[in-house]
Amino acid sequence: MPLEFRDPARAKSLAAALARVTDEIGREVSVMHVCGSHEQAIAKFGLRAAFPEKLNVIMGPGCPVCITDLPEIDEAIALAKQGVRIATYGDMVRVPGTAGSLADAQANGGRIDTVYSVAQAVELATRTTDEVVFFATGFETTAVATAAVILAGVPPNFSVLSAHKYIPPVMEIVSEMPDTRVEGFLAAGHAATITGWKIFEAFTARHRQPVVVAGFEPLDILAALVRLVELVRDREATVVNMFPRCVTPGGNQNAQEKLWRVFRPIGGRWRGIAHVPNGNLRLRDEWAPVDARKRFAIDVASLWHHAPSTLVRQCICGNIMAGIASPSDCALFGGACVPDAPVGACMVSSEGTCRIWHEYGGIPNLRGVSCPV
Amino acid sequence: MCLGVPGQVVELDELSAVVDFWGVKRRVRLDLVDEPVAVGDYVLNHVGFAIRRIPPEDVALTLEMYEQLLRERSDDLMAADVRGEIDAS
Amino acid sequence: MSSLTADEHILLKHGAGGRAMRRLIQDAFLHAFETDPPLRPGIVGVAAMDDGGAVRIGDRWLVLTTDSHVIQPPFFPGGDIGRLSICGTVNDLAMMGATEVLGLTCGIVLEEGFARADLERILASMRTACDEASAHVIAGDTKVMGRGEVDGVVINTSGVGLTAHLVRDCGLHAGDRIIVTGTVGDHGMAVMARRHGLELDADLVSDVAPINGLVAAALDAAPGEITAMKDPTRGGVAGALHEMASKSGVGVLVDEAMLPVRDSVRGVSELVGIDPLHVANEGKALIGVSEAAAARVLAALRVHPLGRDAAIIGMCTDDRPGMVILDTGIGRRLVAEPEGELLPRIC
Repeated sequence: MPLEFRDPARAKSLAAALARVTDEIGREVSVMHVCGSHEQAIAKFGLRAAFPEKLNVIMGPGCPVCITDLPEIDEAIALAKQGVRIATYGDMVRVPGTAGSLADAQANGGRIDTVYSVAQAVELATRTTDEVVFFATGFETTAVATAAVILAGVPPNFSVLSAHKYIPPVMEIVSEMPDTRVEGFLAAGHAATITGWKIFEAFTARHRQPVVVAGFEPLDILAALVRLVELVRDREATVVNMFPRCVTPGGNQNAQEKLWRVFRPIGGRWRGIAHVPNGNLRLRDEWAPVDARKRFAIDVASLWHHAPSTLVRQCICGNIMAGIASPSDCALFGGACVPDAPVGACMVSSEGTCRIWHEYGGIPNLRGVSCPV
Repeated sequence: MCLGVPGQVVELDELSAVVDFWGVKRRVRLDLVDEPVAVGDYVLNHVGFAIRRIPPEDVALTLEMYEQLLRERSDDLMAADVRGEIDAS
Repeated sequence: MSSLTADEHILLKHGAGGRAMRRLIQDAFLHAFETDPPLRPGIVGVAAMDDGGAVRIGDRWLVLTTDSHVIQPPFFPGGDIGRLSICGTVNDLAMMGATEVLGLTCGIVLEEGFARADLERILASMRTACDEASAHVIAGDTKVMGRGEVDGVVINTSGVGLTAHLVRDCGLHAGDRIIVTGTVGDHGMAVMARRHGLELDADLVSDVAPINGLVAAALDAAPGEITAMKDPTRGGVAGALHEMASKSGVGVLVDEAMLPVRDSVRGVSELVGIDPLHVANEGKALIGVSEAAAARVLAALRVHPLGRDAAIIGMCTDDRPGMVILDTGIGRRLVAEPEGELLPRIC
């Protein structure tokens, strides 16, 4: 089934349509997506070589690894030092906290398990008597899975350290940034599968910017961009659903009900973006027994022998994720901050802007290249 | 990380389904999906949980939507050439 | 490039075959083993970081290589540490053009408590691989360490061969074609799925095999026209192409549609988000060949049982030297130099 959504001929004609509508506007246009999976798909298929030159598709703060803040990582590391087994999703292991990453903690004797599903972490807990804490990162699409396992019942030695995030509030923040040139948003199709698309109507009314809900296959992304650039051209601040096979107006009520039964949104810091109202998901009080923050006295102070180093303060990941700076604007980029020794999370994740820039030498212009083999 | 990948249900029990993704089968949980799922249905899987049943007719509808998008917007020869390519394939 | 702090301890990344390991070798090992003034002419040494070392003897080259094997788990779908240890060394010799193996050595370190039956199984597997490669283990060493002092079994093999034509990994020219001798990503995916308990029902089998016979067929089909070879083990095709491209000073364009990938490998890679280009192979080679001889070499590979899926996957250019560009059919992207193997103890 998905192969039809990767058909090169249709992709070529959608790309041509995108070029035409961008030309009609006649100047540079910037739109933003807020989903790490969109950036992964764009990178995997090399879509930027198919986008017109005047269209900037900016990667916003949609990489869950990138926006997990230092104190949250420190909590996980502190627990590991206290002898707890930490289970987490892959990319999180290399993200730097205040004084090192989970990978560093592992090298120093901490027990860290990488899992592909929270259910796997639960299963791990059934096979051991050790305390197992699932370091839960990811947006609402991933948080619903954490909610589901908690509601289904977990073994007594399992608890959750929630660093889950909620995306819609950060779109508001980006729109309100004074230097922003973003004129429209691609909304993440998977998150919208859960939340529905109607939740974006208040945003479009308030900020007078269009939102197009997009899937993740190349044709989905190209078609959604065609619609989005048209809406920008026509100054129409509406929500358009270009992922109707998965997204409905009201979304998945069953999943939403489970999500909000387990989690509540609170304001909190996203790495580099400062405060995002209602952007963080924490376990409700009634789930205290499975809330690692209540189950353990997490000793982060012992990690903070010194104030955050100067290097970390120079990190401008926040501005990069908001689309108002590029990696090349950063004093640390390519020197003190490289994939091998990442300072900011944008350099850690395969979806991170800085990592992509570092690997590919910027956003490479490969428009003229073809392989004649 | 298994993020948002669609697959086809080949086996079913109350709590989970065996889903075929590109020829690879994996069990996914059904706690989160919001309508009954049957063998042969497509589901969207995210980190081991099905989060949506994808009605097969919606796949065709989406492709038709993209075709229409192209038809309504092309009025020059080049696009017509490419459309010819698609029709022929 | 500087890092936040100098690495004071060896980390897993230093064994991953990528950037960190390369720097460790350059900073520590080359510092120790390369001489100043450089080695006399007629020696290809550690600084070349090729698949093996070589010493000119008369009008031929003696090729030497060594590999240590620490793969976890020791038995995996399609093979085991024994088979891997023979094939790894035989294939490295072949990559330099030495397809007839003069002799192999085998040094084994065993953990106290290791099952005798497992040892015999490993040795039998090594014997089978030797027979397939027409090679013989002619010297060895055995050590036993206490329980917990080493993990199960570690095997080191080294090999010696002779060749009239030394093939390097730095000889690509603009216009050359790149051939891969078969499907990509099999070994790494098989080991990863087994190790991570992905609970996948998929037909994933390591491709571990000795390919010296296959490579000899290619060399015989077009003497002198094969400009570079490398086997894409740790770091996969992406890593090997990167090395070949930067050492040769050419850019490499790859057509993704031409890449042979088994359905099960493609399926797992879609599901788990790992690119087959970054995943280890243990029975494949990348062969750089002049444009004129490419079809001939491809034909010779395809009639060989291990080369049925061989394909021309790309070509070399003068543009963007050192970079590897992938044409996805829809767009194009640069193939990153991998950090190193995504999984520890893959080989």
